[in-house]
Amino acid sequence: MERSETGHAPDPLGDVPSGGPEPATGVWSEIVGQPDAVHALVAAARAAALRVRGESGDTGAMTHAWLFTGPPGSGRSVAARAFAAALECTAVSGDTPGCGQCSACRTVLSGTHADVQVVVPEGLSISVSEMRSLVQAAARRPSTGHWRVVLIEDADRLTEGAGNALLKAVEEPPDRTVFLLCAPSDHPADIPVTIRSRCRPIRLRTPLAGPIAEVLQERDGVPAESARWAASVCGGHIGRARRLATDPQARERREAVLRIPLGLQRFSDVYSAAGELVRLAEAEATAANEARDEAEKEELRTAMGGGGTGKGTAAATRGANAALRELEKKQKSRATRSQRDALDLALMDLAGFYRDVLATRFGSTAPLNHPDCARDVSKAATEWTSETALRRLEAVLECRTALARNVKPLFAVEALVATLHQ
Amino acid sequence: MAAFPESLHLVLGEEELLVERAVRAVVASARAADPTVELRRIKVSELTAPELDEMLSPSLFSEGQVVALEAAQEAGKEIAEAILAHARQPAEGVILVVVHSGGGRAKQAKELPNALRKLDATVTECRKIAKPAEREAFVRDEVRRAGGRIDPAGVSALIETVGSDLRELSSAASQLVADTDGRVDEQAVRRYHQGRADVTGFVVAEKAVTGDRAGALEALRWALQLGVPHVLIADALAESVRTLGRVAAAGSNDTYRLASELGMPEWKARKALGQARGWNRAGVAEAMRLTAAVNADVKGQAADASYALERTVLRVIDLRAR
Repeated sequence: MERSETGHAPDPLGDVPSGGPEPATGVWSEIVGQPDAVHALVAAARAAALRVRGESGDTGAMTHAWLFTGPPGSGRSVAARAFAAALECTAVSGDTPGCGQCSACRTVLSGTHADVQVVVPEGLSISVSEMRSLVQAAARRPSTGHWRVVLIEDADRLTEGAGNALLKAVEEPPDRTVFLLCAPSDHPADIPVTIRSRCRPIRLRTPLAGPIAEVLQERDGVPAESARWAASVCGGHIGRARRLATDPQARERREAVLRIPLGLQRFSDVYSAAGELVRLAEAEATAANEARDEAEKEELRTAMGGGGTGKGTAAATRGANAALRELEKKQKSRATRSQRDALDLALMDLAGFYRDVLATRFGSTAPLNHPDCARDVSKAATEWTSETALRRLEAVLECRTALARNVKPLFAVEALVATLHQ
Repeated sequence: MAAFPESLHLVLGEEELLVERAVRAVVASARAADPTVELRRIKVSELTAPELDEMLSPSLFSEGQVVALEAAQEAGKEIAEAILAHARQPAEGVILVVVHSGGGRAKQAKELPNALRKLDATVTECRKIAKPAEREAFVRDEVRRAGGRIDPAGVSALIETVGSDLRELSSAASQLVADTDGRVDEQAVRRYHQGRADVTGFVVAEKAVTGDRAGALEALRWALQLGVPHVLIADALAESVRTLGRVAAAGSNDTYRLASELGMPEWKARKALGQARGWNRAGVAEAMRLTAAVNADVKGQAADASYALERTVLRVIDLRAR
């Protein structure tokens, strides 16, 4: 779905942060390298606090619906959560809401605040029934906090019907309800225009390598050298940088992917390379879900009275089987999505390689996506023409589209690697 | 009630028609001895052990009854034990028929067939008929049961036009015997049945990759007519192309070695090797792209999935010819 940002390297000549002093305290310190967005959100949170107290302030700074857009990994949902925490913040001292210390801030950040509803789609889409119940909940007044906040991560996964259900609520919002939507971009393919036009946009930029490396060092305790390395190869994706820095298997998978471009000698390599790519993605998805799936199943079985004896247990178990099947269906949808996400990451790495080859051929000084593969890149740049590199890059991007269109992963990837081989 | 049939029967397998017949046969033989015999069928999963006890107790007026316990593979521990207890000490006048698929989740349910065998149950095997040879034998038996005879050409014509569903084959066979004078041959089959019943995606794909233009298009139209899902045809096309590509790329004529290297059965490797003739590397790569694209088409990208399939079949054939 995230078709808007394809293989863009962090832009070294990014615009200089405008706006006033950036408060990097409390919840705002979570947002990495986004001075503009933080500036706008802090102003809104201040205005919101004034409105709650019944004072007049900068009335234009706060509104009822926000759309956080930015490339994958730029921290859309993190920014949205921080903003939600600032809205609910109960600290009185200081003029910047969002202390990160009070119980409201902490419960919002850990996802347990009673007035903050968070939708994190784990399956392939958000269904209309899910959205309807959410809209109902959104119509209520806040119970303990100042605002009722509805946060939808991955709003691009709303189905058409779900989008329309949400639209009704965003059109005529209750007084104290705020909608926070996150999507890769405000392109109509990601978010319906009818919803977009009712939201105030917060555009996040691709974070630079410097701030990412800093965060890795400070928050995750990664040694300086591997933090710098991870920040330089992550393509501006903070979560990915963290994974690469901390998970050796993720590093191995990335290396396996980057061996493909120069590793295709014979035609039979096409099948082994493609099979390997899909297998790695599957392995990653199972590793991520396996333990959780089993735990969930066991929990449900216990809840449905599994293992009981006596009259009537047979009938109860039959009901349990239906519920179990329902759960398995949900887990399968989640597995499909994690597999697709893993494959998409691999394809992005691959696209980055071809982009690097092109950049090198044109003599650009832009930083490489894969600085650690510089030797492979320059070798490829001398052997290939710009045209073939571009053709391969486009094949990678086409394969991403194909996967989003539900083509069987093995077929799509084999067709891609066959093109890369030519 | 001397000539009463055995009091314990096990019907093992999943082929519905045969299971049904086996149960009926038991009832028929019981009725031959005592015309008042009643048949009671119940699913094991709807029973509790005390209810089972009640069903299997001898009746007050000693009329006979046949109790068919269906879906015994779903039995829990208690029920399975109760069944076995009755099997060891059958009540007079009660004939127990345990219908079991052969599978089962619970341990006791899985072991039930073997335990019943040990208790000298009369076993009727009703395994799913999957192999073509078994299906042909079934058709021959059906015709013989109906009192006719059929030649091999007639058998294959009947299966081709009627399909693999046993009920349909059985009724078609008895109808044909009634319509003819008992001698069923291909001509007779063709007179009453037209068209094709079974065209899978793989038939279409096989004809496409071997360059049989007319055959492929005909098979595709039949498959669509019969309601084979577009997605299955598209998958079969892609699968065939990649299999022949893999076999060709491995660069060997030793089908056994190919089979073990590529992880496929030997017959598949041999077939793919035959299909790979007439293909070159660029053609295979292009065909892989086409079949991947049609995979998206049949999943909602194309306005008309049938047209997209037909176009892809034609293009694949063109690629081979080149």
